[in-house]
Amino acid sequence: MPKKSNKGGEIMEFNIIITGIGGQGVLTLTNIITWSALKEGFDAKASELHGLAQRGGAIACHVRFGDKIYSPLVLEGKADLVFALEPLEALRSCYFGSKKRTVFLVNSHRLIPSSIFIAKEEYPSLSYVLDSLKPFSNKVILIDASEMAKKATGDTIMANMYMLGYSCAKKLIPLKRESILDGIKEAIPERYIELNRKIFDLGFEAK
Amino acid sequence: MESILLNKYGKKVILLGNEAIVRGALEAGVGFSSTYPGTPASEIGDTFSEIAKDANLYFEYSTNEKVALEAAAGAALCGVRSMVSFKQYGLNVSSDSAFPLAYIGVRAGMVIVVADDPNCWSSAQSEQDSRYYARLAHIPMLEPSDSQECKDFTKIAFNLSEKFSIPLLLRTTTRVSHGRGVVTLGKIVEGKKRGRFNKDSIRFRNFPPYIMETHEELHKKLNELRKISEEIDINFSLNEGSKNDLGIVTSGVAFNYVMDALQDLKLDLPVLKLGMTYPIPDDKIRNFIKDLKSILFVEEIEPILEESVSALAKDVNPELEFYGKKNGYLPRSGELKEWHVLLAISKITGVKSQFNPIAQKEEYKKLSIVKRLPVMCPGCPHRASFFATKSVVGEDAVFGGDIGCYILGVYPPFETQDFVFSMGASEGVIHGIKKVSDQKAIAFIGDSTFFHAGIPGLINTVYNGSNPLIIILDNRSTAMTGHQPHPGVGITGMGEKSKVINIEDIVRACGVENVRVVDPFNVKEMEDAVREYLQKEKVSVIVAKRECQLLAIRRKKREGIVIPKFGIDQSLCDGCGICLYEFGCPAIFIENDKFFIDKDLCTGCAVCVRICPKRAIKAVK
Ligand code: SF4
Ligand code: SF4
Repeated sequence: MPKKSNKGGEIMEFNIIITGIGGQGVLTLTNIITWSALKEGFDAKASELHGLAQRGGAIACHVRFGDKIYSPLVLEGKADLVFALEPLEALRSCYFGSKKRTVFLVNSHRLIPSSIFIAKEEYPSLSYVLDSLKPFSNKVILIDASEMAKKATGDTIMANMYMLGYSCAKKLIPLKRESILDGIKEAIPERYIELNRKIFDLGFEAK
Repeated sequence: MESILLNKYGKKVILLGNEAIVRGALEAGVGFSSTYPGTPASEIGDTFSEIAKDANLYFEYSTNEKVALEAAAGAALCGVRSMVSFKQYGLNVSSDSAFPLAYIGVRAGMVIVVADDPNCWSSAQSEQDSRYYARLAHIPMLEPSDSQECKDFTKIAFNLSEKFSIPLLLRTTTRVSHGRGVVTLGKIVEGKKRGRFNKDSIRFRNFPPYIMETHEELHKKLNELRKISEEIDINFSLNEGSKNDLGIVTSGVAFNYVMDALQDLKLDLPVLKLGMTYPIPDDKIRNFIKDLKSILFVEEIEPILEESVSALAKDVNPELEFYGKKNGYLPRSGELKEWHVLLAISKITGVKSQFNPIAQKEEYKKLSIVKRLPVMCPGCPHRASFFATKSVVGEDAVFGGDIGCYILGVYPPFETQDFVFSMGASEGVIHGIKKVSDQKAIAFIGDSTFFHAGIPGLINTVYNGSNPLIIILDNRSTAMTGHQPHPGVGITGMGEKSKVINIEDIVRACGVENVRVVDPFNVKEMEDAVREYLQKEKVSVIVAKRECQLLAIRRKKREGIVIPKFGIDQSLCDGCGICLYEFGCPAIFIENDKFFIDKDLCTGCAVCVRICPKRAIKAVK
């Protein structure tokens, strides 16, 4: 799974884009994965966006880990995994992916911005999203993480942890389960760890 | 957060750039810290606020950046190490005191952190490059490129500041402030927390003719610091043995893009990375450029290194060719990205990258992707204020905008920010408009912004006699930057209670006769107030007071109060669409021509209930 470097094979790097809407837990996920990579023994960097962008707007965070990481940003076309908490946001960030190397893990639960209604625009259909992702991806995996999280907790907010568990079990992220559990411990306030872990496990055990 | 206080020497942790700066300050024995919240610097203050008690240091949210800088200077003059942090415009606000501070100097280390925001990711106003201030005010500057350097450079800055009795600037950009990375912890040092002001009749009084003396002394210090810049290992070069005659000069986060681009292109170009960008190491630079044929400058925002290095080339290498922002090899606006650097190097060297970002972007442009703009939260009191105001005045009034969450009123359906300048400017500009125009004019200003810079503007309006309507959107918080407290809330940065300063009392004390406090959720009352006050011959002020809904929800959850949810009774709704098209609550949506409320998003403010002409919106289980 880990990508070989362009330099001739021995240097490892793995690039992730985590995208969604302010409030969906994009920042939490970014922090967890960065910590998990450190726990696994990698160098790691991430780039987040705070402030204006967090008020229900679209956000894309970057995480990179490997032997030695310089830029906190993923180069266009060089993502190994695009982790999208919302289909429209998968589409918005698709240029980070390429046919050669990129897996898109997309939460199928749509969040329609009210500005679309006010401006009388159309939210794209799921099939438009999937078709459009083709030139930018090697593989697209669609899961209804929000629904699963809602079933388990009554709230869709934990979809991020469900997807993290899923991506770990399916080896979409080259990090061991233990490393991610350690990462969760570092990145999440103590009182929420149990619940987060529960949903992580749910995603981990999903078919 | 806990890792910031960990006293485990050599342990590796993940820190945000802003957190790493705080850690660096702790390892340097900081005793005093102040800020006015501003993204991308906000988490520095917030982190201090969280740990101040445990770390046994003093922290405050000051009323504005000028006061914050002055307070930190006061501590440093008494021999206590201090840090002040703000976003780029904060440095503008504080500059009136920052300039003389360079002359006056400090008795203990003082670090001024300024966070620039290329691309305006988290702020409006301008893409300011604060590195010009270093040169303008003669304050030395360090520029870290990642979290580890944030911590290390902060310590270096404290030491240099104290050694040369001069404040130091630490400049970050968004991708450094909000970048996470691995940081190896050092030892936390217990610094001095108490000090004493010892008078110095020449230096501190800063009064002519002594100013010429302190100015002279300042240049002596800078000359010494120039020598430091030559020797210090944060100014270093890589790939010196390279056979390539194209070199790269870079600083800050841009260094990382250079390193990745070189790896992608399998090139080993010589690179000069400057961690100290004022004063620059003239000799080191001359030495670096003397045998090269050309230089590419890779730096964030303005071509500052480009300008100073090309000036140095005149005597050592007059034939040297330059590539950078000035001749279009790199962009003059927006933030720098690795692909810009990749393309620039490709273009100069002819070496092709295996990635084709241009083709990638072309492919992307073919897609139709609707925008998802940031919005005011469901239940936001500002939405209710904007709705009530617009329902009374319609489109033709002039709406003065200001800095805060309410800036989002710029978008439809409200468009209640006809201009935005800077903190407090809604009032100043609206006064000028009122002096020359008969249009109806309304200034919107937030509570924290009012304390920050709104009071002089208000007094000016009263004193010089114009009659705008000023609506102070008092949501009991500095919401946009992360809900920091302010003087109207009566909680300090140390988490302690202090006197609550009422905005309406200040407004009255400024001589305003028409003052009314209204709960904006009470739409009718708000509309009546706007209607009445727009007729007044003198300036009038409405304080629209209602806690930020995010805070209210958090508080209610804590207190075990049930948050009601609302739904639309389809048998009563006639599809007029006011709740969506004119009010625009993000919880309301339309499906198959019918209006619905998303229960997951509804925060139960019940404002939609009040504005629905058919009374179709009701509480649901
Ligand atoms: S954070 Fe508070 S003030 Fe800001 S948009 Fe949301 S509800 Fe309104
Ligand atoms: S009560 Fe109405 S206006 Fe308030 S959040 Fe719910 S849907 Fe929006």
